[in-house]
Amino acid sequence: MAKRQVMFTFPRKLIQEPIIYELSHKFEVMTNIRRADVTEDRGWVVLELEGEDKEIDAGVAWVKEKGVRVDPIVGDIVEG
Amino acid sequence: MSYATGLRCRKCGQEYPLQPIKVCDFCLSPLEVNYDYKAMAGVLSRRKISKGPFTMWRYRDLLPVESKGEIDIGTGFTPLLKADNLGHELGLDELYIKNDCLNPTYSFKDRAVSVAVTKAREFGFDTLACASTGNLAASVAAHAAKANMKAYVFVPANVEPGKLVGVAIYKPNLVTVDGSYDDVNRLCAELAQRYNWGFININLRPYYAEGSKTLGFEVAEQLGWRSPDCVVAPAASGLLFTRIWKGLQELSTLKLIGPVNTHMYLTQASGSSPIVHAFEAGSLHVHPVTPKTIVTSIAIGNPADGYHALMVARQSGGGASSATDEEAIEGMKLLAQTEGIFAEAAGGVVIAGLKKLAAAGAIKKDQLTVAFITGAGPRTQEIVSDVVHTFHVQPNLESFNEVLGVQV
Repeated sequence: MAKRQVMFTFPRKLIQEPIIYELSHKFEVMTNIRRADVTEDRGWVVLELEGEDKEIDAGVAWVKEKGVRVDPIVGDIVEG
Repeated sequence: MSYATGLRCRKCGQEYPLQPIKVCDFCLSPLEVNYDYKAMAGVLSRRKISKGPFTMWRYRDLLPVESKGEIDIGTGFTPLLKADNLGHELGLDELYIKNDCLNPTYSFKDRAVSVAVTKAREFGFDTLACASTGNLAASVAAHAAKANMKAYVFVPANVEPGKLVGVAIYKPNLVTVDGSYDDVNRLCAELAQRYNWGFININLRPYYAEGSKTLGFEVAEQLGWRSPDCVVAPAASGLLFTRIWKGLQELSTLKLIGPVNTHMYLTQASGSSPIVHAFEAGSLHVHPVTPKTIVTSIAIGNPADGYHALMVARQSGGGASSATDEEAIEGMKLLAQTEGIFAEAAGGVVIAGLKKLAAAGAIKKDQLTVAFITGAGPRTQEIVSDVVHTFHVQPNLESFNEVLGVQV
């Protein structure tokens, strides 16, 4: 079983969608929220995803396809 | 000996031992090294520091390392230069440039990596790793060579080979990954869980971060043991910016300098400016962006220390400004053509930001201001290749006179 720590950033149009609920039901991924701030026009959630790697990959791909931005918690995305 | 006492989560306050831990177990926020300042104050003095080596390691008592054998390739104590020509251009009488181009691998990263690699060896790691094509990669590879440790540098497969020469020369294991930078970092996060390696900006990040404090220490000492009125520095993850502030605050806590009233201004490239957006929107959350800029060394779309950098800018009465790619290039040229310093594009962003802040009156003419130039230009010189203009002459004096209008 793998664990991945990520941040989801939701645009306004997805604020009312139960994305995290659906993620844990459509895929074999356990979701564990650690921090969050959701307002009427924006939201972000820091959570841990636990499951088999391929289930987490598929789940994250689905979340991104829905329009949610997904960033890892560890490491900086750095080009230079 | 080290006066570090442990790690602490800046968000929720959870405490951890001094181990290679990447983030807080509870809220997944970054961790910071805590120190016993009372004990430190009993032994540290200006005199003691001034007797130290002319490198960043003169401040070793303020860094979280135990051993005497630091991995040092000659980093730090870089020049702090009075920039009269640039100051005259911008209407600033007390402008200084902190020139970190002159570190061994040509950027400020050497400060952070020197601490991280020293700590990695203390933890018993024999392998270092990072994901980067530029300044960080070169620094890690160089320090790994000095420490006689293995190094793995991960890059996307589509990076031009020419960009990797400055890393490959130190002979790390260069791993090209079929995917984007996101994919590279995700792979590194997974490898960090699987292998007992020292990942510079993952499980060594709290220690890596402390090295950048030495920029604040040096500037204060070089100014005659005082803090500047204004600081202008670039921000990528926000780590450097927060650590310059922490460095000044620590010196004040230890009564090595007076109270810190420095206004901290951060600058970012417009194509990757999430912290600037948050500052201008009056928001407390830094929303991630997708970077799109030629200033690759500070192109981080989701800055891990973004919130803390934002707080430093606000609480210090400072600010945040961004520069377009064109403004960054003009900034590089202005710095080179007034002060003789060839900075990378991030330096151009700092100069562009400084120019805007001076023009807006945010930085006053007589305020002692330090602009931090964090990396040298030659690594990415292709972005200013348009500066090459030649006078073509025949091999005789008459032709020279005719073309250049100079009497011989």
